[in-house]
Amino acid sequence: MSELSVNHLLGIKYLNQKDIELIFETADHFKEVINRPIKKVPSLRDITIANLFFENSTRTKLSFELAEKRLSADVINFSSGQSSVKKGETLIDTVNNILSMKVDMVVMRHPNPGAGIFLSKHVKASIVNAGDGAHEHPTQALLDSYSIREKLGDVAGKKVVIVGDILHSRVALSNIFALQLQGAEVMVCGPKTLLPKYISELGVKVETNLRKALNWCDVANMLRVQNERMDISYFPSTREYTQQFGVNKALLNSLNKEITIMHPGPINRGVEITSDVADSNQSIILNQVENGVAIRMAVIYLLASKIKQ
Amino acid sequence: MSQKVLLNTKEVNIILHRLACQLIEKHNDFSNTVLIGLQPRGVYLANRISKILKNVYNVKDVKQGQLDITFYRDDFRRGDKPLKANTTEVNFLVENQNIVFIDDVLYTGRSIRAALTAIQSFGRPNEIELLTLIDRRFSRHLPIQPNYRGRQVDAINKEKVIVHWQENEGEDAVYLIEK
Repeated sequence: MSELSVNHLLGIKYLNQKDIELIFETADHFKEVINRPIKKVPSLRDITIANLFFENSTRTKLSFELAEKRLSADVINFSSGQSSVKKGETLIDTVNNILSMKVDMVVMRHPNPGAGIFLSKHVKASIVNAGDGAHEHPTQALLDSYSIREKLGDVAGKKVVIVGDILHSRVALSNIFALQLQGAEVMVCGPKTLLPKYISELGVKVETNLRKALNWCDVANMLRVQNERMDISYFPSTREYTQQFGVNKALLNSLNKEITIMHPGPINRGVEITSDVADSNQSIILNQVENGVAIRMAVIYLLASKIKQ
Repeated sequence: MSQKVLLNTKEVNIILHRLACQLIEKHNDFSNTVLIGLQPRGVYLANRISKILKNVYNVKDVKQGQLDITFYRDDFRRGDKPLKANTTEVNFLVENQNIVFIDDVLYTGRSIRAALTAIQSFGRPNEIELLTLIDRRFSRHLPIQPNYRGRQVDAINKEKVIVHWQENEGEDAVYLIEK
């Protein structure tokens, strides 16, 4: 098989195992491409992509833009801050106006869960979800799994713990779907207030003791506490959170094995992870960022190949 | 589906040795030359030629790579089937090198056009030559000709030239197949 089963990347939930394998194989080729002296291929020179960011982003936006440019697509960028959205325009109107300018694909980040799915039903373009509220962030989960595969050889059979603010995290949900699809065991760990009540229904283990969780796992994916999404206080103080759920070098050294540390960024150094861990050999945080470009090139390339001329 | 043998094992073998000799005539000790097999089918031919150069003619240092042209093709989104990429291995600088592209069948010339673009991502070569086992005459879409050719074949459009290799199909032979 060399074609995705979907026309949009709305979430990992809509992909199958073969899709993920195909994305990874394609990303392998693009990883080689982005390490050449000239890091660009002309495949998508007749494709135009709009990056619509209705929510702040640094890494994801840059990574998508770079991926698009390395595939030679034409790129237009849009941030809600400086747009007519502020004047009361609806999402469908905004996007249809952009599509009238002959745009083939839309990469969208939006604060509302399901925004991408909604859009895919109402406009004629391939939609890539770059994060929709606390719902999904599929390309992040793909690059996380890809980085695990690169570091440990395979994702199947590995034990991965996702630590931190699971409640507000789209990265957590997409990672759970992606890891399970590839046969990994998943655990979530965090303060009870930041774990969704029925999270175990997804088939994940739940743990509130960080040391136990780290002793169990091969890989720990540390999430950021998303203060901007918190309307109430979920834990007494940042200091107390760090003491119970922050990873430091002493804790890692006291474990019975060497685990791999991941973080989707942005890092709050000294809160969920200390600097000596973030910058250590056990951390693959910067590999994740590099792989992000290759994964996004693969996703865009594969979706673009399904756009009819 | 009718099938005709264009070259049998013995003929393929003679041609491979001739092509290797022609390369030596031009490139001497290969110190400034790299052989690039074009994915997927050109790689088998490149491996063979390079093996003959090393084992039979004692050329010590033959630099060899393989180039995938999928992302450089001009028919992306135009065919029925999606394009699947293969591995590229060019683990050396091509700056100022003499490059020999190696492919099994030269037909429309479009793959070679894509390869010419693709190789530029690795630097500016001194010159680029083309070696093909089979050159299909009268079927070119672009002004591209081989520098070294195994056999020239007149095949009409509904016919296809298939190259079999010992390591893949169990025999060395070239067939003309009516589609």
